[in-house]
Order: sequence, then C-alpha cells, then structure tokens
Amino acid sequence: MNQQFTKDEYSKFVDKKSPNSHLAKDMAWAFIVGGIICTIGQGIMNFFTARGLPKETVSSITSILLILIAVILTALDLYDSIGKRAGAGSVVPITGFANSIASPAIEYKTEGYVMGLGAKMFTVAGPVLVYGISASIVVGFIYFLMH
Amino acid sequence: MSYLTAFITGGIICAIGQILIDKTKLTSARILVAFIVAGVILTGLGIYEPIVKWGGAGATVPLTGFGYSLVKGVIKDVNSYGFLGIFTGGLKATAGGIAAAVFFSLLAGLIFRPKIKT
Amino acid sequence: MKRLGLQTVALLSAPHIIETASIVGKKEGEGPLASYFDFILEDEYWGEKSFEKTESKIAKENMAKVLQKAKKAPGDMNYVLAGDLLNQCISSCYAIRDSEIPFIGLYGACSTMVESMAVGSMLVDGGFADNVLALTSSHFCSAERQFRFPLELGNQRPPTAQWTVTGSGAAIISNEQKGPKITNVTIGKIVDMGIKDANNMGAAMAPAAADTIYAHLNETGREPNYYDLIVTGDLGYIGGDILKDLLYKQNINIKNRYNDCGILIFDKQKQDTHAGGSGCGCCGSVFAGYLYSKLKSGEYNRILLVATGALMSPTAIQQGESIAGIAHAISIEN
Repeated sequence: MNQQFTKDEYSKFVDKKSPNSHLAKDMAWAFIVGGIICTIGQGIMNFFTARGLPKETVSSITSILLILIAVILTALDLYDSIGKRAGAGSVVPITGFANSIASPAIEYKTEGYVMGLGAKMFTVAGPVLVYGISASIVVGFIYFLMH
Repeated sequence: MSYLTAFITGGIICAIGQILIDKTKLTSARILVAFIVAGVILTGLGIYEPIVKWGGAGATVPLTGFGYSLVKGVIKDVNSYGFLGIFTGGLKATAGGIAAAVFFSLLAGLIFRPKIKT
Repeated sequence: MKRLGLQTVALLSAPHIIETASIVGKKEGEGPLASYFDFILEDEYWGEKSFEKTESKIAKENMAKVLQKAKKAPGDMNYVLAGDLLNQCISSCYAIRDSEIPFIGLYGACSTMVESMAVGSMLVDGGFADNVLALTSSHFCSAERQFRFPLELGNQRPPTAQWTVTGSGAAIISNEQKGPKITNVTIGKIVDMGIKDANNMGAAMAPAAADTIYAHLNETGREPNYYDLIVTGDLGYIGGDILKDLLYKQNINIKNRYNDCGILIFDKQKQDTHAGGSGCGCCGSVFAGYLYSKLKSGEYNRILLVATGALMSPTAIQQGESIAGIAHAISIEN
C-alpha cells in the first residue's frame, strides 16, 4: 500500500479522530473531590489544634490519619473507583501518594515479600521522594549560603 | 471559614493537576513528582507560605504541601544546626507521613489482594 | 500456484476448522456475546494465586475443551501453536507444559489468534500435519500489571484506552472434511506510523490492518464485497474508524461489511470500556465463540478475519520508541 501519510500527518489525523477527555467535567470532579479531601484534612487539623497540640504535631497527625484512610480505601478496592471519576482530585492530595504506595504493595505480593511487595512499593513513591528530597536539599543549600 | 478556604485552595490545586493529566497525558507518577517539586520551589521562592496561611489544609494536604513541609523542615534545621540541617531537616519534618504510608501499605499488602477494576 | 503475491498464499487443500472453544472472564460474560462462549469465569482469579496462573489455566482448560468438543485426544494433534501477551509467553508455555504435544510458540501480540491459525493451516496444507491446535489467551489483570499500573492505583483511563479481554480462543485445524475452510493466508508486514501513546493502541495498529487488507485484496484480485464480513481483531472504535478512512482513501470501501471483535464483545455504554476490547483473547474468543458459530449456521459464508497486534514493550516505550503494528489475515469460507 502506498503511504498516504507521513508520521506527522498521521499523528495529526489520529488526534482529530480520537475523542478528547471532557476537560471541564474532569476539572469539576477533581476540584470537588480534591476540595473534600482537603476539607477533611482541615477538620482533623482544627480538631487537634483545639486540643492544644503544637502546630507541627497537628500536621503530622493529619498526614498520618489521611494516609491511613487512603490505605484502607485502597485495600478495600474503593480508591481506584474514586480515582476513576476524580482523576487529579484523588491523585494530588497526600492520599494519592499513599494510594501509590499501597496499590503496588498489594499487587506485587505475588512476586514475594522482598522483591515484590517491598521493592515495588516504591515504583511511584520512590521518584516522588528522590526528586522532592533532592529539590529541598538544593533549596536548603541556597538558604544556607544566603544566611 | 477555614473549611471553605481549604476546600477552595485544595480544589484549585487538584483542578490544575487535572489540566496536566488531560492535556499532557502525563502518568500519575509524573504528576506527583511535578507537584512535590513545584511545592519545594514555590516554598523556596516564598510564594507558597501565603497560600498555606490562607488555605490551611487546602495547601498542605496536596503533594505541593509535602514539598512545603520538606523545605520548612530544612530551613528550621539549618537555623538550628547549620550545614547539616540541609540534609536532616526535610525528612525529619515529613517522617510521620512517610513512615505511616510505608507501614500501613505493608500491612495492606500482607492482608489484601488486588481486585479487577469495576 | 500456492503463492499469490508477496504476502498472500492460497491453501489449495483448504484445511478445515473442525472445532473451536472459548472461555471468557466475568465482564466479557456480561457483554452482548455471552451466549456464544463455552464457559464464563465467576471471578478474576478462578481459584489461582496470581493472575498469570489464572490466565494459564484459562488457556489450558480451553485447550482441553476444544479437544473434548472435537472428540480428539492430545496425541491426535501434531502441533500446538500458541502465544500470548505476557513476557516469554508464559501463559501459553505453562498451559501446554503437560500436554506432550509438539509446541510452536508464537508472538504476535494481539494478532496471535490469526497468526497461529495461519501458520497451522499452512502446516496442514503442506501435508506436514493432519491436525493442529491454535490457541491464545489474555487476562485484563495480568496485562494491566505488565503493561500499565497496579489494579488498585486510582488513575484515570483516557477515552482512547482499550480494555484487555480476559479470555481464550482455541481452534483445531484439520485435513478432515468438515466445518469452514481456510482458503487464503495473508501474513502482515510491520507498519509503524510513529504512534507513542500506549493508551491509543487502535490508532497504532490501524495502518497495519489497512496495509494487510489492501495487500490481501490486491493479491487475491478480490473486491471487499467478496466477503460477507471483514472483521478486525481489536482496533476498537477509534482504530476501526481510522482503518475505514485509510482504505477509503485507497478507493476501497469496507464500511458496509466491517466490524471489529473489540467492538462486538462489550457494550460500550453499559460496560464503560471506552474505545473497546483488546488483547489476544479478544479476537480469540470472539472468533472461536461468535464468528465460528455464525459461519456454521450459514449466516456468514465468507469472512476475512484480520487480527491486529501492537508489538509493544513497556521498556521500549520508556526509551522513547514508537509502537509497531502488525496484522495477519485469513479468509474463512464455507
């Protein structure tokens, strides 16, 4: 068959033929679900702040409780159903980070507890920590030089 | 009032993430990396602090807030311990979340097995 | 003359497909073709500890089923030709491990059902075998964990994504004179139009399907209306649409006799499968279940079955390679 398209032309043709995501609808879902998760976080923060705990303790407790909820929802096969609708709304909060650790832990147990569960746990979270920590070290170094 | 500002701030940050997913076809792993690094940079530039002041958990719960905690921890330890603080502060401030995520996930992995998407 | 052109051969003895069998997963068993399948799984594990083991069991049980339906013993088979999507084709290897049938392992990604029937029918036509068994399988969960993400990860599937079919198709091709015949085989060339989006496999495979159908019609001297049905393996809605357009631009109109196994197997609205089904088991189970029964009932007398495969590897995609497509075609006639 004679080539009708160059690769670039074909790519444009495919884009025209492929349905786009419903951006407005997806954003609305992300906004609402992300907003709700953060509001729950605010509730936890307000609760412990009202009991006179110091600010840093409160923020640690908030993270830990949200992570616990997310891991439970992941284990019960519910977090992926939320994510299907919510998209970034359930990916971007710390609960999404917890889901990205719990889901491979559950999935790859079949390949053993060390190289399966233990190692694959960090397929998504690993890069997040690598680049997050490294970036904070760079910022810290600049701060150190400036003071 | 704190609930409303948290809802709006968190909602907006997540909606920005959704634009990235829909428009750039980035995987969720890349989105998470982008958000934590963005949080670190914005905090370093002093832009994120006012967002946290206004939005509360709306700014600290998204992964940009994880980046914010890393930088706040580093700065605190640099102020207390000098150069060494660059390396110790970040993880100290975020230790609770990381340890919890790892341990709870281990338990979940030991007990549960995956189910088909519905 | 057996060889009609660069890609197509005519099978002068026209080997017969004497029996087929199909097993599918629960979701496929809730779709529009449910009544055509031999067995429907109740859950995604079928009593096994891992999805790879489940997929292998599906292939193994389906092989037993087709032998039983044809009233044949494993020893009657001269070859089993099989392949699947998993690395090193493990579901096929372990399915066939205990069978004692000489094994030809094939890799053609989702094109494997037709690839195995094509090679098998050539073996029979060449007089090298009396009976061969063609077999393939796929499983949604084993494919997800190899090619995409853990099942419980809360990610979003874009509208162009396809749903890997859990299922298996098996067929026995024989020199016995019963059942529909395989008359022509067109082996596809690799066609790569530079698509890199692993969530748009239909678009990656459509040019290969167009290339193979074009070559088949050209080398056999046939028009599309020679066939009652031209059916592709797993192009889905988007790939199928692109294929029709690509051929139409070459003055070949297949629009009124075209369908796709990935479109047939699911109800797009009710089952939320986005761009349609995919995987080796898609073409495999839809052919072995639905299409074969329509051929036997005489509703279709001539079909061109074109299985499409995306020769995709996660490693190559991460290194920036594009997705190579392939399509193989066989004509099946009463």
